[in-house]
Order: sequence, then C-alpha cells, then structure tokens
Amino acid sequence: MAELKAIASQIRRDIVRMVHGASSGHPGGSLGCADFFTALYFNVMKHNPDFDMDARDEDVFFLSNGHISPVFYSTLARSGYFDIKELSTFRKINSRLQGHPATHEHLPGIRVASGSLGQGMSVALGAALAKKLNGDNHLVFSLHGDGELDEGQIWEATMFAAHHKVDNLISTIDWNGQQIDGPTDKVMSLGNIQEKFEAFGWATLEMNGNDMDDVVATLNKAKSMTGKGKPIAIMMHTAMGKGVDFMEGTHEWHGIAPNDEQLAKALDQLPETLGDY
Amino acid sequence: MALKDIQSTGNKDTRSGFGDGIVEAARKNPNVVALTADLAGSLKLNQFIKEFPERFIQCGIAEANMIGIGAGLTIGGKIPYTTTFANFSTGRVYDQIRQSVAYSGKNVKICASHAGLTLGEDGATHQILEDIGLMKMLPGMTVIVPCDYAQTKAATQAIAEYEGPVYLRFGRPVWPIFTKEEDFVIGKAQQLSEGTDVTIFACGHLVWNAIQAGLQLEEKGISVEVINMHTIKPLDEEAVIKSLSKTRCAVTAEEHNIIGGLGDAIAQVAARHIPVPIEYVGTKDTFGESGVPKDLLKKYGLDVPDIVAAAEKVLSRKK
Repeated sequence: MAELKAIASQIRRDIVRMVHGASSGHPGGSLGCADFFTALYFNVMKHNPDFDMDARDEDVFFLSNGHISPVFYSTLARSGYFDIKELSTFRKINSRLQGHPATHEHLPGIRVASGSLGQGMSVALGAALAKKLNGDNHLVFSLHGDGELDEGQIWEATMFAAHHKVDNLISTIDWNGQQIDGPTDKVMSLGNIQEKFEAFGWATLEMNGNDMDDVVATLNKAKSMTGKGKPIAIMMHTAMGKGVDFMEGTHEWHGIAPNDEQLAKALDQLPETLGDY
Repeated sequence: MALKDIQSTGNKDTRSGFGDGIVEAARKNPNVVALTADLAGSLKLNQFIKEFPERFIQCGIAEANMIGIGAGLTIGGKIPYTTTFANFSTGRVYDQIRQSVAYSGKNVKICASHAGLTLGEDGATHQILEDIGLMKMLPGMTVIVPCDYAQTKAATQAIAEYEGPVYLRFGRPVWPIFTKEEDFVIGKAQQLSEGTDVTIFACGHLVWNAIQAGLQLEEKGISVEVINMHTIKPLDEEAVIKSLSKTRCAVTAEEHNIIGGLGDAIAQVAARHIPVPIEYVGTKDTFGESGVPKDLLKKYGLDVPDIVAAAEKVLSRKK
C-alpha cells in the first residue's frame, strides 16, 4: 500500500508538471483520480503494457471523461506503456499525447478517442460484449465524470448494460461534485447517483477515491461481484485537485494551468518518489 | 456495352439486399455481428437473427449508444454492422461516429436504410438528404451507395472484408434489379455504357433513372456514357477523369441534396483535373415531404425527364 501511495504522489507531480509545461490542460479531475488510476493499473487490473489494441486475455480500461488525460498518460507511462520522457510533449505539436486521448497517433494504452463526453460507457459495453463473444473472462473498467452524467447517452448505456446483463463491466463515477460552470448541484442536479444506478438495475458500491486502502479494497470487491448478472457501478467520492491544497475542492482548477510560482508550491506538497520525467 | 442491353431481372428493395447480404457475410466470417436500434424488421435482419442469435445485439431506440457499442466491439476483433434508418444512422449520431468510430479508426459498418425521398410517406423527418455529405466529410470514412438489390447484397458482403469504417446507404422502395453481384468492387466505378457526348454519373436508385434517361437521349441521337458511382468515397477519380476527357460534360444524379453529395465529389475532381460544365440532379437545398416515392421524385426534380433535361442543358453549355 505504501508503494501505491508513492506511485500516486509521483503521478500527481507528473500531472501538475505536464499541465504547467503545456500551459493548458485539466489538473483538477486528474489529481482527484490519481489514487484510482494507481490502484487500477498497479494492483487491480491484469494488463499487458506490450500494447495489443484488441486486449485479448487481459483486462481493459476506458476513460470516458477524456479531459483528465494527464492522469491517464502519466499512469500509462509509469506502468510501462511508453517512455516517461514523452510526458513532456503533452498538448504540444507532433505529440502522441493529444489534449484529449486519441488512437490516431497510436499512443500505446489508448483504445478509443474520448473528450466529447458521454461516449465511453457505450464503447466499454461493446468491448465487454466482445469479450463475452470471444469467451474471454477478463474484465472491462470505465471511468466517468459526475458532470458527464448530464449526457443522455450515458443513460442509454446504463439501461442497455442491465438489460443485456453485461456483468463483466465495472464503471466508476468520479463523484467530485464539480463541473466547469460550478458545483454539479447548481449546474444540473444529479440527485442520488447511486440510487439512480440501482434503479437502472446495476449493482453498486461506494468508496473514498482518495483513500488508497478503500480504493483497492472496493475495486477488488467489485471484481468479486462480476459474473453475477449485473453490471457494477462504483460511486467514487473524490476531491477535485486532491494533493495540492490550493487546487483542492474547487471547480476553479478544472481546466487551467498553474504558473511557475504555483507549480513550485504544488510540487512542494508532492514528494518525488520515482524520479521526475 | 450499351444501355439497351441492360435488362431488369426483377424488382426488390435494396434493404432486402442488405438483409440477405449480411447473412452471407456472417456465414463466411464468424466476427460479423449485427446491431439494431429497434428496427430489425425494417432492416430485414430476420434471417440473420434466426441463424446467428448470439451475434445479434438489440440496442433499443438508442442510436448513440449503438454506435459506441459498435466501436467497442471492434476491440476484440468483431466486425459490427449497426443498423437503423439513414437519418438516425448519421445526423442523430454524428459526434458518436466522428469521435468513437472515424477519429478512433474503428472497423464499424454503419448500415442505413430508408435514405432519401423514396422513403415516401413518412415525410421529411425521416427522409435524410444530407447523409452522404455528412459521412464523406469524415476523414477515413468510406461511403457506398449501391443501386439495386444485387449490388446492395454484394456491397454488404464486401465491407466485411474491407478494413475501416464504412457508411452503406440503401433504401425502402421496390426497385428494378439490373446489376450482377460479381460486378461490384468497392472504389471502382461501374461503367454501364460507353458514349461520347455526355456522361451521367449516378448513385443509388437514380442509376436506374439515369439508364432510362440515357435511352431517351440516345433516341435523340445523343451518345451517353452512364457510370454508376456506387462508391462516393474513395471516389474512382481515374474513371471520372477518363470519362470527362472524352465527353467534356456531365450530369450527376443522386437522391440527395446537391450540396455535399455525389455531384460535389465529381465537381471537385473536375475542378482540379478537367474543368468542364456539370449539371446537378438532386434536391436543391430543401427538405422533402410526404407522398409516394414516384410523385416525390417528380416534384423534387429527380425523375427521368429531369435527367434528360439536365443532359440537354449541359450539352448546350459545352463549347
């Protein structure tokens, strides 16, 4: 567990450095989800960094809220999909690390483009159905923002997943209560998301997405619930900007980059554990 | 190769060509799967569902989700055919196709029935006349508009063995069958007659109308080259240039808005390589309306006399 926490700290350093280096990007949601990505790629998923687009005989993950690409890229690089030096090219011209994740430049670890919201659960469902058709018992994971649940396609997918008993899918909702224009309660009230998923026929779990022990335990519990006729949704409570005090808990840091002074302040709070890129 | 030798061997709807073609494709390739958004009957999937129930995915009336699922199924090697009406296959789900399929380079076959005015009585909500344009603008998207039952059946099978996203457009009306399945090749224009005065480039149901128009023009002593441009993208530019070099003028005919369709694609080749006069037969930046297909084609200027008139006009413009 200490090792996972050390990795998460390094990933948070990567996130603020990447966003600073590009003078753009989305640090808030990325920082909030750093513990989840670390748990998923360094503990929970069985996956192969020798990238195979078809993901045969391995677990597969889809990031639906593509704007938190910094945490995805850092996690992929830190788990061996590509050289960490490439993180410095984030959002720059001729880079494989596009502002939002894309397959177009053939970055290992990315299986579909995301950015335009609401599409990732449908894609995850397709991949989950392909696994069933192929007799492949591995799992499909997906991550969605809470603001992203405003999109109607999510609920089309939610209904489909229960109807077709897609029980090899574990979808996590980053319930940080913030979206671009402000708190989700002010922009578009989501009500009780967990009850909504339950009403749509999913099995649900809840966790503190910024408590590594809870994240690992809950993800493993979710794995044990697969194959029982229901898709699984995890309500993940996180603080946007987690790990950097002045970014924490506010939508203000959804999509802006720190300046030099703010970067230094942020890095002071995030121990370098694996070596910066 | 003469127009008078082209015989109709029967009449059938092109969507039945799709329904029969996908069964053949699925028999040959175990990765073929079919998805629908509550229109399995209209897309003639009954036999497919009977033979391959485990490879049929009912999505309900949720087209956006269907396109995304299609994209996901390719991860794992499946060849998904998504099926619904043309309007719901394109305009309704443009961003899903753009991001999850085209930009992501996914091998999804978007199969669209009830395209164009010949959908008939349901009216303009369903008669999409902009879909060819929408789809051909997407980088990497192949766009195929077969002309009859046999060609639709052939195209439905061919796209299973063709890597990359495809938009396959067909329709509802019972229409003459006059091509042979084996004559269809993706990306290769089908020359139906050789002529020297004017070329008629057509696609879909209007290929038959173009043949009838060609016969009338020939009676007037005009030598007509009719070319079936079933693949609008990638366009067989070589065939276009070759024909225009000979005839020096053209008519394009399609069941689509003249903005963004086959006509635009031909004109772009002409503008770059061989600028000659072109007249367009298609809807003129308008929505359709309810009615029987025959009356609609006449009212909106897509009938045989409209093609004849366009040919005569373009001939008068030729220097």
